[in-house]
Amino acid sequence: MSFEYAPAPESRAVVSIKPKYGHFIGGKFVAGSKHFPTVNPATEEVLSQIALAGKAEVDAAVKAARKAYTTTWSKMSGKERGKYLYRIARIMQERAREFAVLETLDNGKPIRESRDTDIPLAAAHFFYHAGWADKLEYAGLGTSPKPLGVAGQIIPWNFPLLMLAWKVAPALAAGNTVVLKPAESTPLTALLFAEVCQQAELPAGVVNIVTGDGSTGALIVNHPGIDKIAFTGSTEVGKIIARAVAPTKKSVTLELGGKAANIVFDDAPIDETVEGIVNGIFFNQGHVCCAGSRLLLQENVAEEVLHKLKNRMEKIRVGDPMDKNTDVGAINSKEQLAKITELAAAGDAEGAERWSPACTLPAKGFWFAPTIFTGVTQAHRIAREEIFGPVLSVLTFRTPQEAIEKANNTPFGLSAGIWSEKGSRTLWASQQLRAGVIWANTFNKFDPTSPFGGYKESGWGREGGRHGLSAYLKGVSHE
Amino acid sequence: MSNRIDVKKTYKLYINGAFPRTESGRTYEVKSAKGAFIANPCLASRKDLRDAVVAARAAHAGWNKATAYNRGQILYRIAEMLEGRRAQFVDEIMQVTGVTKVKAEKEVTDSVDRLVWYAGWTDKVASLAGSTNPVAGPFYNFTIPESMGVVAAIAPETPSLLGFIDVVAPIITSGNTVVILASTKAPLSAMTFAEVLATSDLPHGVINILTGKKEEIAPWMASHMDIDALDISGLPAKLHAETKVAGAENLKRIHSFKSADPGRIIAFMEAKTVWHPIGL
Repeated sequence: MSFEYAPAPESRAVVSIKPKYGHFIGGKFVAGSKHFPTVNPATEEVLSQIALAGKAEVDAAVKAARKAYTTTWSKMSGKERGKYLYRIARIMQERAREFAVLETLDNGKPIRESRDTDIPLAAAHFFYHAGWADKLEYAGLGTSPKPLGVAGQIIPWNFPLLMLAWKVAPALAAGNTVVLKPAESTPLTALLFAEVCQQAELPAGVVNIVTGDGSTGALIVNHPGIDKIAFTGSTEVGKIIARAVAPTKKSVTLELGGKAANIVFDDAPIDETVEGIVNGIFFNQGHVCCAGSRLLLQENVAEEVLHKLKNRMEKIRVGDPMDKNTDVGAINSKEQLAKITELAAAGDAEGAERWSPACTLPAKGFWFAPTIFTGVTQAHRIAREEIFGPVLSVLTFRTPQEAIEKANNTPFGLSAGIWSEKGSRTLWASQQLRAGVIWANTFNKFDPTSPFGGYKESGWGREGGRHGLSAYLKGVSHE
Repeated sequence: MSNRIDVKKTYKLYINGAFPRTESGRTYEVKSAKGAFIANPCLASRKDLRDAVVAARAAHAGWNKATAYNRGQILYRIAEMLEGRRAQFVDEIMQVTGVTKVKAEKEVTDSVDRLVWYAGWTDKVASLAGSTNPVAGPFYNFTIPESMGVVAAIAPETPSLLGFIDVVAPIITSGNTVVILASTKAPLSAMTFAEVLATSDLPHGVINILTGKKEEIAPWMASHMDIDALDISGLPAKLHAETKVAGAENLKRIHSFKSADPGRIIAFMEAKTVWHPIGL
């Protein structure tokens, strides 16, 4: 017997998308000169024309941010700054449905995730950081920590509004002003956020949003009027940024790639673990820097776990992101689909065994079926390179020591998962793993109070919690 | 006045608890403040650096795993050993740098006290830099700081002993191991300090000391793929940019500091956050 789900589409009537957008500079929307389209990756429908910021626009945004910093924001008491952030958090909650629908249209992620994860967490980040604004002297950085100045922030397309919140909220709480560039393929929720800033009556120039591509990002990174760069994206671009700012006084935080090991010990609760594996790699189509993309199974339970995992994957619903029953939505762009396809082909070519459940993918849009590769070795590209898609590489191990060695055998160090019912083993493994976030018997959990960020080539610094806040304040002894 | 001929010391490197000569066979001359010959310390090479990194990497697992209490006692033991050899360090500092006895004595006193200060930090820094995080869900969530791994460092030219200790002590306090290039003009304090380390129960390879030229060794430190972080406090400012560019290849954490501060310890630690569900 099989059950079919009736379509349960979320209405898009709640959003109104303008045919064309400009930049948000000095509290106002400013018309752009050149434009490029942003598309719904699930349908390839062009949603709007987005302005491409060049030197003049970035200059104007930095100037507006500097002016707001010196004349208003750095002089305002923390108590008052905090109230603006609380306002923003509240307006985001009020307009949460609008944000969720817009995010799903522009990004391709299931409405269930944008509605239940991205948007509530984004609002929570503002609410959390609002409370820091008048308590900075208790953040452990001396009695009068100072903001850095103007922060240039460049964010990715996988969690557009959430990444904006991770960047903007701590920057503002600490007294900095910002020039933010959303990702080329997902600018719409950032532009809606600009409206929220207006509704919150945030002083002009405290938040400036310029849209564009990598060239706009480079203008921000290299701009002499910027004091701090915060970037989330690929390790490759992160290194370019690290080199670019090396001769300058700019401070930098980088949240980069990952190739997380998700380790299943033989005493793990198997059914829970299977849910965790699915969440670890198929959440947000695997477009997650901390995705559990390397599954390490203890040999004596590998067969059982794989059997149950495949059964579970048969039931994953791939399709219309606006459908409330959808588990896995569209791949964010044609380019990303090409990258995933190429790496999966490398998995085939290098001798791993590919498996996907039978699923019908929509004819239009960018889609990739949930996929697992078994028989993967550590030398395979799919075990070493970040795929950033719904593709899981499965490896096995015999001893806990071997699991740790394999897990740490990567230049990345962002996250890792541990599945075991034995507390001492879980804590031992969490000590041994060289990663910034460890999920034990859970995966892909986020919270504004919980520092997030990586070891090694997964980046510099943390976001969230007291640790994340310190990235926007001048320390004591540090030059 | 006896006319006995002194037994002079050969200054070598300190790698993995041993005192090897540089594999390059090169030395350079160290002179007193008045220009008289004192010693021919090693002019360390890239190969010496690589050997030292191998030792430091091998030592990291054990030092990192040692209890904070144990690390604290060993740091304190280093202070004890230094205290016992005050006179030798005072003489060496005076001879090489030409400072007065009062100044040299103060430098050694400060060095001992600094080591004692860091000894007390080993089991306290986690409560400063760690946290439990009240996440909105049924999870126990905590953040602990831990050591990064192998840190390479450049000691400042002066003060040759205190400056060296200011760099090296905070790095090892948290469980990192270190490869450090001593002051070029005044390397003797650092190399004599190695003798203190050798008798302080410090596990081999935790501190490895090279002598030589900053502009020669720093680029190899910056580009070495098995070094996790760099302390460039002792590197001339004009070399910072190129060092940071080279260090970006594996995204080394690169810092320089002005003063002794727990921030120096924390800068070479990674914050690790662990989530675990709460439930019956």
